[in-house]
Amino acid sequence: MDEKKKVREIVVPGEEIKQEGKPGRGVFVENGKMYSEYLGIVEQRSGYVNVIPLSGCYIPKRGDKIIGKIVDLAPMNWVVDINAPYYAPLHVNDVPWRVEMGDTGRYLSIGDVILAKVSNVNELGQVWITMKEQGLRKLEGGHIIKISPTKVPRVIGKSGSMIQMIKEYTNCKIYVGQNGVIWIAGSPDDIIRVIKAIRIIESEAHIYGLTDKIKEFLERGE
Amino acid sequence: MGMKTDMRLIDDNGLRIDGRLPNQLRPIKMQVGVLKRADGSAYIEWGGNKIITAVYGPHEAYPKHMQDPNRAVVRARYNMASFSVDERKRPGPDRRSVELSKVISEALTSVIFGDKFPRTSIEVYIEVLQADAGTRVAGITAASLALADAGIPMRDIIVGCAAGKVDGVVVLDLNKEEDNYGEADVPMAILPRTGEIALLQMDGNMTYEELTAAMDMITEAAKKIHQMQVDTLKSKYRGDEDVE
Repeated sequence: MDEKKKVREIVVPGEEIKQEGKPGRGVFVENGKMYSEYLGIVEQRSGYVNVIPLSGCYIPKRGDKIIGKIVDLAPMNWVVDINAPYYAPLHVNDVPWRVEMGDTGRYLSIGDVILAKVSNVNELGQVWITMKEQGLRKLEGGHIIKISPTKVPRVIGKSGSMIQMIKEYTNCKIYVGQNGVIWIAGSPDDIIRVIKAIRIIESEAHIYGLTDKIKEFLERGE
Repeated sequence: MGMKTDMRLIDDNGLRIDGRLPNQLRPIKMQVGVLKRADGSAYIEWGGNKIITAVYGPHEAYPKHMQDPNRAVVRARYNMASFSVDERKRPGPDRRSVELSKVISEALTSVIFGDKFPRTSIEVYIEVLQADAGTRVAGITAASLALADAGIPMRDIIVGCAAGKVDGVVVLDLNKEEDNYGEADVPMAILPRTGEIALLQMDGNMTYEELTAAMDMITEAAKKIHQMQVDTLKSKYRGDEDVE
C-alpha cells in the first residue's frame, strides 16, 4: 500500500464531495451538489456522507458524558465550564446530595472537576447538565488533559478498544469526556505514558492502523 | 496613492519595477497551525508582507449586548505592528485599522455558518508584522485559513487579492511603490467556488472598463491563491512542509 492510500480523504470548506449518498453531518447542499463545511475527512455511514472535522470546539449533545470544571457558585446552582462555547449551569436538584439553599460551596467549590451528563440542550445553545445517575461523581486527584473533541472517538476506539488497551498497559484510571477533556489517575510515570499515547492518537487520528501503532508504542515504552 | 514621482513604474518592455508582468502575482508562502495556544492560526508571506492570524472561539460573546440570539458575531481585529512600516507607526487602533477591521469582519461573516453558534463570538486577530501593500487582502487570505484550521464551518475559503492602475496600465497585486505612486488600488475578496464578492474597495480613479479588467484579473489570480490555500490546509495533515 503506498503512502497516500493510508491517509483518509481530506476535504476543505467549500470543496465538492463527489461520493454517492445522502448529505449528512458537516455537509451542505447548493444547487444539488454536496460541499464540505469543515476541514475534515469524508466518511460514509448507512447511506449518508458525513464530514468529520479535524478540529473545532465541542458542541453539546443530549446524553453526552462530559468532564467539567466548576467556575462559579450561586445559591441554587453551580456554573460549569464544559469546554463548549457556553458555560452550563448545574442545579442543586441535579446532584446526588441534598443541598441547602446557599450551601453549594460545601459540596463543590470553584476548581473542582466533575463527571456529568448533558441532560438537555436547546436551540439557543443553552445547556443543562446533571450528576444524578450511576457513575457520575466528583473527580478527585488525577491529571487533566484536553484534546480536540473531534478526536474523542479515535481515543476511545471501536467499542472502547483503544482506551481499554491504554488502561491495561498503564494501570491508570482514565475517563474520557465527550467534550475532549480527559481525566487520568495513576502513578506519575504511567500518566506521562498515557499522555504521550493520547498525543500520538491526536496527531495521527486520520491515519489507518492507529491501534497497532499505539499498541507497539505501549509495549515498547517502558 | 497619488503621490508624484519621476520613477517609471512600467518600463519599455511592459515590465514592472520588480520585473513582474502586469498579471503576475508576487511570491506567496502560507502555513497553518503556527500558534499552539490559539484555536486556529495561519501565517502568510505575500511579497514583502508578513502577516500572522489567530482565531479564538466560538465562545459566549461578552459584553452581553454584543450577542446575537440567532448567530455568531465575527469580530476581526486588523492591527499593524509599529515596526511594520518605514516610519514607526503609532501603536493602537486608528481610523484606517478600524475601517479595515470592520470590512474584514463583514467579509468573513459572509462565509461562516454563524447560525450554528447562536450568542457566540468568533475572534479573528490579524497582526501585520511587515507591510508592503495589499495587507488587507493578504490578511483575509490568511484569516480564512486560520478559520478553517480552527474547525469553524464555512461555505468556502475566502480569497483576497488586489489589483490597480499604474502608469495607465491595469496591473495585478500592487507592491509598495506602485501603491504609493500609482493611480488606483482595488482590493477585493471573493468566494472562489461561486465567484461571489465579499469585499470590494477602490482608492483612486479608474474607468468602468479598467475596473472590470482589474476584477477579472483578480478572479483569475484568486483561483491560483485558492489552490495554494487548499494545498496548505491539506499538507498539514499529510505531514508535508509548508507550501510555497
